[in-house]
Amino acid sequence: MYEIIRKEILAQGIKLFETAAPEIAAKAKPGQFIILRQDEKSERIPLTMADFDREKGTITLIFQEVGRSTADLGRLEPGDNILDLVGPLGRASEIEKFGRVVCIGGGVGIAPIYPITRAFKAAGNEVISIIGARTAEQLILQGEMKAVSDHIHITSDDGSIGKKGFVTDVLSKLLADEVHVDLITAIGPLPMMQAVSEASRSYGVKTIVSMNPIMVDGTGMCGACRVAVGSETKFACVDGPEFDGHLVDWQLARNRSRMFLAEEKIAQEHSCSGGECQCQKKKPE
Amino acid sequence: MPVPKEKARVERQAMPHQDAAARVTNFSEVALGFSEELALLEASRCLDCKKPTCMDGCPVEIEIPEFIKHIRARDYQMAIDTIKRKNNLPAICGRVCPQENQCEKYCVLGKKFEPVAIGRLERFAADWEMNQPEKAEKDLPGKSGKKIAVVGAGPAGLTAAADLAILGHEVVVFEALHTPGGVLVYGIPEFRLPKAIVEREIKGIRQLGVEIKTNMVVGAINTIDELLASGFDAVFIGTGAGLPYFMEIPGENLNGVYSANEFLTRTNLMKGYLFPEYLTPIRIGKRVAVIGAGNVAMDSARTALRLGAEESYIVYRRSEKEMPARQEEIEHAREEGVQFRLLTSPVEIIGDENGWVKSLICQKFELGEPDASGRRRPVVIPGSEYEMGMDTVVMAIGQGPNPLVPRTTPDLELNRNGNIIADESNAQTSKKAVFAGGDIVTGAATVIQAMGAGKKAAKAIHEYLSSL
Repeated sequence: MYEIIRKEILAQGIKLFETAAPEIAAKAKPGQFIILRQDEKSERIPLTMADFDREKGTITLIFQEVGRSTADLGRLEPGDNILDLVGPLGRASEIEKFGRVVCIGGGVGIAPIYPITRAFKAAGNEVISIIGARTAEQLILQGEMKAVSDHIHITSDDGSIGKKGFVTDVLSKLLADEVHVDLITAIGPLPMMQAVSEASRSYGVKTIVSMNPIMVDGTGMCGACRVAVGSETKFACVDGPEFDGHLVDWQLARNRSRMFLAEEKIAQEHSCSGGECQCQKKKPE
Repeated sequence: MPVPKEKARVERQAMPHQDAAARVTNFSEVALGFSEELALLEASRCLDCKKPTCMDGCPVEIEIPEFIKHIRARDYQMAIDTIKRKNNLPAICGRVCPQENQCEKYCVLGKKFEPVAIGRLERFAADWEMNQPEKAEKDLPGKSGKKIAVVGAGPAGLTAAADLAILGHEVVVFEALHTPGGVLVYGIPEFRLPKAIVEREIKGIRQLGVEIKTNMVVGAINTIDELLASGFDAVFIGTGAGLPYFMEIPGENLNGVYSANEFLTRTNLMKGYLFPEYLTPIRIGKRVAVIGAGNVAMDSARTALRLGAEESYIVYRRSEKEMPARQEEIEHAREEGVQFRLLTSPVEIIGDENGWVKSLICQKFELGEPDASGRRRPVVIPGSEYEMGMDTVVMAIGQGPNPLVPRTTPDLELNRNGNIIADESNAQTSKKAVFAGGDIVTGAATVIQAMGAGKKAAKAIHEYLSSL
């Protein structure tokens, strides 16, 4: 059992849990993830770690409520327990002094890019961060990212904060302006990571993305998390989650992310008919 | 040894089963177990040989004639106690051991008649005990002061842990999943091995003083070296064959293609068959092809029918004779309506415009000369390609060794396939104080072979610790 010590609502539908997990906190590195199972009947879901505190023995999870399992999770409160929490899983980010590094976070993807950005900064890199969200209200960890970046660019889809547009607009301009970049790391929704990879491809700048496919065990046992990288099939859980964005088969990744959409709907409806969920009590928009 | 006439007259008793038409609609156990009457009849067939060859076929050396003698005397407690001297998981072995290749293969009666149904009798004794009121306290042995880490709570690890605990050592088992049992809980389906049985057997192992820590991925949360440095005197690695193989044919990453491990883990461990009450989905189409013909393939094909598939196929490139699954499992699958496409293998999986499986392009084979495995090599028939419409494809062509422990233990010697090299007689690896056994050493094999390896390792670890 893993107790939730602190809960914050960062934006609508985006929640933060600081969770007691001393053994995981002792070992966690930027870029790694955990898998949790909320209770006996829940799915196992992978979440990247947004932070870890070795002294306090806690890890920080930030997640967006996108379906039944994350919605159930979001209803937990401080003092509640998560039944199973396993990690740290996956390979850690390769952190060394590359020179000038661009760290890009989109939406809730800003959460996992934060510890990576911090580590790049600590390793002596010049860090340019680009973070973006749909609206100002949805933008998370702005202060934290600012603190670990040499330069920070902010974008929003509606222009309510920073530049109106996408994170890729900023990246494309940097590259077009012949700003020398040694490495790009991007985490966010699949279309964003693909767009970042496409933007940097012709400049030949190495671009790392963090894939978040469907997983079950997270230890290489089931192969649900297959990602095609170049001519090879990789398991994101043990070979990743970070891969070369220029080599990822994005269409396949999108297809695979939709594998259980129909079941997701059934799970949502089941929840509503069970009467536990609040969604039908809200007024339709 | 001449077979006395009266022994031969009683025929081998058949296992009562759930009717095939009924059972494909549920996940309840297929084989119902012997009644007392059937068990007594079957036990009466044992010749009680002076030199019991059956024991030669048992990887854990159960005193078979002795436990059968106790059944004959209706002393079921003595029967199960006899089994448990050698085997800590009898209710499981009685169900999933391939007895026809082990103890029963060497039964003297089998030379002229049918062998004694040793496995069914083992299950009878184990199930009898499960129905007795639980004994309050087990007698725990004196403490040796030595501490052993066991990596992986599957058949090899659990057996090693139990034996070491009985020898008085402190044992901590590290399990990556949220439930101990390994393949017994994620792989073998409920209808062949009820999870309540596994739980009960594991409870018995905990009562021996074994501590099982779940959600602990050794290789991630700690390493073998860290375990040794933190006060463990020895480590046993039983991490199993936890990396599924794919065929590396086009279309294998389409939606609707599962590894057997994923398909079975979703269904068994995560209880996907109870979706949406349990939240892990498993999507099944109308037509399901399972590639391969081992026990895992049969489990997958039968699971598909229970999940609602209209047609379930076994696609296998050799012939019926070469199928590695137990005969009993093949028969069960056939009774339930699984269809066999033998001497057939897919060369490509075709997808629809949304990336879902649509069909399988298969090639036909004929049998040629024997290959290195002694089985006749399948040879492609040129121009034999044909298309089978399909919604779901399950790859059940085997598993490789899980890489997490080897990757973080640089001085552990591996073979070409990535299996840990360990001495067959004493499970010793290239690393001091580190032992290994089960599928991580041999490649994918059977539950009982892994248990046999766990047993040998426990003995060797005990000797090693005693020499310190």
